[in-house]
Amino acid sequence: MSNLLEINNVVKNYGDFRALNNVSIHIPKGSVYGLLGPNGAGKTSLIRIINQITMPDKGTIFLDGEPLSPKHTADIGYLPEERGLYKSMKVGEQALYLAQLKGLSKSEAKKRLKYWFEKFDISAWWNKKIEELSKGMAQKVQFIVTVLHQPKLLIFDEPFSGFDPINAQLIAQEILKLRDEGATIIFSTHRMESVEEMCDEIALINKSNKILDGKLDDIKREFRTNTFQVGLHTSNAKEVESQLKEKFEVFPPDFKLLGNELTLSVKLGRQDSANDLLAFLTNRGEVQHFVELIPSANDIFIQAVNKNN
Amino acid sequence: MSKLKLIIEREFIAKVRNKSFIVMTFLSPLIMVGMGFLVYFLMKKNNEKVKEIVYIDNSGLFSKEDFKDSKTVHYLDFTSKGIEDTKQKVEQGNYYGALIIPKQDSLELLAKSIEFYSKDSPGMSVMNALENKIETKIRNQKLNDFGIDINKINASRIQSDIKMYNFSGEESSKLINGLKIGVGAIAGYFLMMFVMIYGTSVMRSVIEEKTSRIIEVIVSSVKPFQLMLGKIIGNASAGLLQFFIWGILIFILGTLATSLLGINMAEMQTANLSAEQLEAAKNVAGGDKMQVLIQEVLRLPLLILFVLFIFYFLGGYMLYSSLFAAVGAAVDNETDTQQFMLPIMLPLILGVYVGFATVINDPHGPISVAFSHIPLTSPIVMLMRVPFGVTWTELAISMSLLLITFTFMVWLAAKIYRVGILMYGKKPTYKDLYKWLKYKG
Repeated sequence: MSNLLEINNVVKNYGDFRALNNVSIHIPKGSVYGLLGPNGAGKTSLIRIINQITMPDKGTIFLDGEPLSPKHTADIGYLPEERGLYKSMKVGEQALYLAQLKGLSKSEAKKRLKYWFEKFDISAWWNKKIEELSKGMAQKVQFIVTVLHQPKLLIFDEPFSGFDPINAQLIAQEILKLRDEGATIIFSTHRMESVEEMCDEIALINKSNKILDGKLDDIKREFRTNTFQVGLHTSNAKEVESQLKEKFEVFPPDFKLLGNELTLSVKLGRQDSANDLLAFLTNRGEVQHFVELIPSANDIFIQAVNKNN
Repeated sequence: MSKLKLIIEREFIAKVRNKSFIVMTFLSPLIMVGMGFLVYFLMKKNNEKVKEIVYIDNSGLFSKEDFKDSKTVHYLDFTSKGIEDTKQKVEQGNYYGALIIPKQDSLELLAKSIEFYSKDSPGMSVMNALENKIETKIRNQKLNDFGIDINKINASRIQSDIKMYNFSGEESSKLINGLKIGVGAIAGYFLMMFVMIYGTSVMRSVIEEKTSRIIEVIVSSVKPFQLMLGKIIGNASAGLLQFFIWGILIFILGTLATSLLGINMAEMQTANLSAEQLEAAKNVAGGDKMQVLIQEVLRLPLLILFVLFIFYFLGGYMLYSSLFAAVGAAVDNETDTQQFMLPIMLPLILGVYVGFATVINDPHGPISVAFSHIPLTSPIVMLMRVPFGVTWTELAISMSLLLITFTFMVWLAAKIYRVGILMYGKKPTYKDLYKWLKYKG
């Protein structure tokens, strides 16, 4: 699969402060790409560079094989974290204005807006002013104007903030649908559960540097610690536990099972395989529970950032 | 280009639809015409009220002839009533004031010992009139004592009316000089008002985009410079429309009110002219006053004035409003603008001040010339000087200086604007602004 966006060795300084240090990111076409990092890491700087709001000091950026240029603003849809609309302007007029700024003709914009307003069941708001809407309602309008011009690249910065769980779910579905229809999506968030749910690939930025990137599954595999959650039905729990401790690294359980089984987290050594542990256990009782501990995006985030710091 | 048009259109519509804009557009002329008439009626009322001044002349020098009643002041001889009695009557409020002329040995002493008593402080014009009467009388008395015939002195008085020409063969009169002052002052004042009202309106519009947080969405579609330019032009268009409506409404309301209330316009106009301008107006051609005025106006280089007005008006407005836009971008809310507003307002006010203080008296003096070249004051000061005739060399220098500064300032403002619109939180200092200038793209 080819890349829609290629960012190569981008450097950005604000005075003496280096906001981005030699950052390279490649985003495959048709993927949801998670751009993660702590506050102030440089995510917004990178997003603003992609949007050509600011220019990089060094480095190159290609969109769909072409060097990024002002004509590409029509190919990008951006929902910033700091977002809002003109408060005293009517919803419909405002949506038309923003769509026209992205290069749509007035009649085309009207047609598409009608479709989206009906889809989200908000046609009645057309002549209302933004200040009359609730925050969630305004966010819906904002989402529509972001995607209306059907850009190749969509950038969502914390898209779910301000939405209730039901509407957040609706927006998440719409985002995945847009991907399925061919759009490429950059998704920046702090909510790790939505990263698990939505992202195909991620990049982690910390202190102006990219410290990690790749397919989410690959990264998870890489961050595996060979640790298993074990639940064993045995009459001799204490002895089994001490035998286990001789062979493996054992931690108190971080999960709960029904009944009074022996529950433990067991970390295997490099040379050990899961089968070794399983064989050991089956010889000593009835295995009730045996699951590999897969690191969550949240674990990876914390671990990688702490290690980098 | 089409994006710029969209922005201008939005700014214009947003401004024009604003309730306060609509209210101000229609209310201001009403208030202005109303105030004008209020002042007119109060002045008339004031003039209709007759002040009664009583006098006690113990010197025996003055006669009833010397205290002739005027339209607004009547004089009553109370010499026979005695000082105390008279003072009491004035204190009770029966009369405006009492002039007490004591008996003295010499005229010099007399001139210094005359007293005036009144319940409230007397007006300047009343006191001037009284002093004038007394000085004339005493001077005449002294001339008489020297054996000089006053009639001869009066007969020797002659008035000269110097005709003014310049070397391009134009004849000028005092009336046309007055007109030049008027045209220049109106143009300069108009520009200042426009910059203050619509420059700050540009600033508020920038702040609104920042506080509503729409700015980042907009600048991901258009260049910040385009947005700034669109704002400046959009607000100016709305401003011109407003001024245009004001002009028409004031004209209509003024005409309506004068005809309905039966006010004599000529009386009102002459009330504002000084005595010498009035004299000049009477002397010229002797025809119909209005016709003379029109003739004189037509003698001004109207086309050149108009072209220069447009140039300086646009240059001045664009220069200042781009600075206002930069200030708006630098701050988060209007209260934080104060520290940056002063350096912008100062040259603007200085321009008007210099214009009224020096250009009117000496349109080609060194101060007028200097300030009509300094770009931040030149739009106002040069506009005031232009009716008096400014050489093309001077105009060329002043205009190119304005153009250069304008380009530089817009570039500077755009840099601050571009960085500022995305900065939230901390109130920026001048040092921060300087740092922003150095940020690349």
